[in-house]
Amino acid sequence: MKPIFSAADPVDIAFEVNGDRRTLRVPPLARLLDVLREDLALTGTKEGCGEGECGACSVLIDGEAQLACLVPVCQVAGCSVFTVEAPGLESIQDAFLSEGGAQCGICTPGMIVMTRAWLDACARDGTEVTLEGAREALAGNLCRCTGYARILTAVLRAAETERA
Amino acid sequence: MARYVGSNVERPEGRAKVTGRAQYVSDLHVSGAWFGGTVRSQVARGTLRGFDFAVGFDRSSVVIVAPEDVPGENVQALIEDDQPILCARDIRHHGEPLLLVAAPDLRTLERALTSIVPRIDPLDPLFDMEHSREVFESVAIDKGEVDAAFEHAQGNGHVVLEGTYHTDSQEQLYIEPQGCIAWPPQSDGTIVVKGSLQCPHYVRKALARCFGGTPERMRVVQMETGGGFGGKEEYPSVVACHAALLAMKCKHPVRLIYDRHEDLAVTPKRHPSRVHHRTIVDRDGKLIALDIDVLFDGGAYTTLSPVVLSRGCIHAAGPYRCDNVRIRGRVVATNHVPYGAFRGFGAPQTCFAIERTMDRIARALSIHPFELRRRNMLRAGDTTATGQRLVHSVGSVEVMDAIARESGIDRHPWCVPRDGGNARKSRGLGLSFFFHGAGFTGSGEAMLKGRVRVELLPDGRVEVLAGSTEIGQGTNAMFLAIAAETLGCETSDVVIATPDTARVPDSGPTVASRTCMVVGGCLKDACCELAARVGGEALYSWRERALEFLQGGGDGRVVVTYESPSGLVWDDETYTGDAYPVYGWAADVAEVEVDSDTLEVEVKRFWTAVDVGKAIQPQLVAGQIEGGSLQAVGWSHLEVISTREGRFEQDRMATCIIPTTLDTPRFDVTLVEVPYPHGPFGAKGVGELPMDGGAPAVASAIEDAILVHVDRVPATPERLMRALDERSAASSGTKTGVRA
Repeated sequence: MKPIFSAADPVDIAFEVNGDRRTLRVPPLARLLDVLREDLALTGTKEGCGEGECGACSVLIDGEAQLACLVPVCQVAGCSVFTVEAPGLESIQDAFLSEGGAQCGICTPGMIVMTRAWLDACARDGTEVTLEGAREALAGNLCRCTGYARILTAVLRAAETERA
Repeated sequence: MARYVGSNVERPEGRAKVTGRAQYVSDLHVSGAWFGGTVRSQVARGTLRGFDFAVGFDRSSVVIVAPEDVPGENVQALIEDDQPILCARDIRHHGEPLLLVAAPDLRTLERALTSIVPRIDPLDPLFDMEHSREVFESVAIDKGEVDAAFEHAQGNGHVVLEGTYHTDSQEQLYIEPQGCIAWPPQSDGTIVVKGSLQCPHYVRKALARCFGGTPERMRVVQMETGGGFGGKEEYPSVVACHAALLAMKCKHPVRLIYDRHEDLAVTPKRHPSRVHHRTIVDRDGKLIALDIDVLFDGGAYTTLSPVVLSRGCIHAAGPYRCDNVRIRGRVVATNHVPYGAFRGFGAPQTCFAIERTMDRIARALSIHPFELRRRNMLRAGDTTATGQRLVHSVGSVEVMDAIARESGIDRHPWCVPRDGGNARKSRGLGLSFFFHGAGFTGSGEAMLKGRVRVELLPDGRVEVLAGSTEIGQGTNAMFLAIAAETLGCETSDVVIATPDTARVPDSGPTVASRTCMVVGGCLKDACCELAARVGGEALYSWRERALEFLQGGGDGRVVVTYESPSGLVWDDETYTGDAYPVYGWAADVAEVEVDSDTLEVEVKRFWTAVDVGKAIQPQLVAGQIEGGSLQAVGWSHLEVISTREGRFEQDRMATCIIPTTLDTPRFDVTLVEVPYPHGPFGAKGVGELPMDGGAPAVASAIEDAILVHVDRVPATPERLMRALDERSAASSGTKTGVRA
């Protein structure tokens, strides 16, 4: 008997990426990470572990931080996906540069996207931006180079810039 | 007045990194590329008899590379020729590569990898290094009369102490896994490999051996590299040879990019160690004799173990004055996955042992650990264990003064039982003091002859060509600052070439705390020469002057080869003399809280004072020190690596733990600058140094908090529990602490 549905058969999936509407013919269970990197050539989103532990593939889905290695692309149908290549990250990117928050750079896109999610949440909920808060917010993003100190400084600096 | 040296220039590659445009190897789109994978041994030792293929598996759907396909020698070129590129018969470790497979798509590759099953007759493996009789390398360092000192110790009223210290392995855990892309040989035999790597010229040499060609025919290009820490020193040669063999046979470019699981399971990690100390001190705490026995587990093949052992032994007596020293070191074979390079390179293991010994002495004699170290520390004019007389840039006094000032450790009553015995958490402070040689050992740099080239481009800009790689530590920005400062130009007048062996000279590997001091020094000399040639009045911009020089037919190309400072003498036979041209010096203080119920350790604050000679880029240097210190802090109490039947139990990111933001202390870094006259602008090495002192400082702080002697890292709650049990079993002998 022929299965009525195979996860490997490509289907049309429409979603928004960094503000552009895209319709892609992809297997519904393909990882969002692979679709971004291979079908859309958005290689800024990195794979560090492929099992949801390192945070290098962090993206925003409808404003919420998610790990693109754990999300099947069918789940983002109709959603808005936001990656490190998107506009609106300049103050965070500048702060990571000026504060020495990026060393080898492989965790940096995930860190920057996660920072965007947190600063947006703080602004939305009226939460104060603090060092402790930043530590909590980035606890799921691993970095092996920096010892995190300069990443956290960069996050606070970006918040300051955006407030001004 | 310096413009760029001592201030912070922007990383040239930084903008690409923060915007996601930086190209790491897996980001490279190569049309028509196939996917490579590796069939590996599932036992730690055995004899390979052949392969079984699953029913229905179509062998023609893939291309398979076997040992007999290696056109050159089936040898992974490094120090010894013992490690094959593909194992043909005698399997020595779990995960050993047996066959390579390439397929046009990932699904076919994955099916193939599960359809090919090696047929192996297992043999008894050996995992306990204490029982290994196969010695990869041994080292002996002798100074003074150790036996005589022990003979007379009692008569002289001296104190004899003994201790054994263990350190477990550690994973580098660069966030970007290993990977290479290789292209099929071109018509002239040229083989191109691009990859995530630290040492492009090492890879070139390995490819030449594998393909039986000359190194010049092998072109290795470093892509942006997502961390290395030593983990991408030797292993990328394996990945590169495998990828290139597959590309040759399948006639397509091949992507061989490890996933995290494969990377954790098979790539080299830090050598596990056992170090035994017998020590004599006089009643004032002065070191009379040090008798040190070092044992490292090398794993299944030699890889870089002899050099790791060498560095470990040279640093084993610590930064202390002692007239009688005996150091015996061995690195032995086991059936573990080969261990290899990791920041610190043997020194973190031996540093842990000597620093714990110093604390043991402090407790036995009731001398404060700070005071004990101050009394014994090497100062300018003293000689090290190898008999090296320290002349230049000896920052011992300066870093100890700085650490006391910043942390107050010298006034902290250490290991004194405190009130509040029922507190939920016990707080403790601990100190370590350490040094680390910069550059290659002994005559290494003189033999290596690292080279740097600078070249005027037609538009007047200057290109810096070096084989040194940017792996996050800031090579690019450091080169930029040194070049622009020396030339007297803007940073926008300087371009740093991508490390591509077809274009850049061999500057030596990006290892051993040498890139700034050695290669940066060559760059400074080259820029001095170029600036002198170009000349002209400073009234005009660099570009104007450079263009005029070029129009006048000037030769804008300068190559500088490293020359060791004169007067350095090293004897490899007797292990005596000037082991390194200069040392970096540092002291750490850790503050911990130990949970009274769970014995979990939290490192709250971490002070470090580091003599780097001169911080060319202070922000980068401080970033290096914080990152290295956190790796050391992680190793001290939470990064567990264990093996079972020769396989690493932590072979997933979910189980291979490294510190997160929440495990990270607040850092206070003090940069101390005691200039080194033979380094660029006074700079010396800093890369490895911050890895050395964190573990003993945390161990000392735990000891201060809960009064158990920590002789093994990582100091996990389970181990602390056992130590507490042992202490209460022998509670009568507990020593009182040390008041400041």
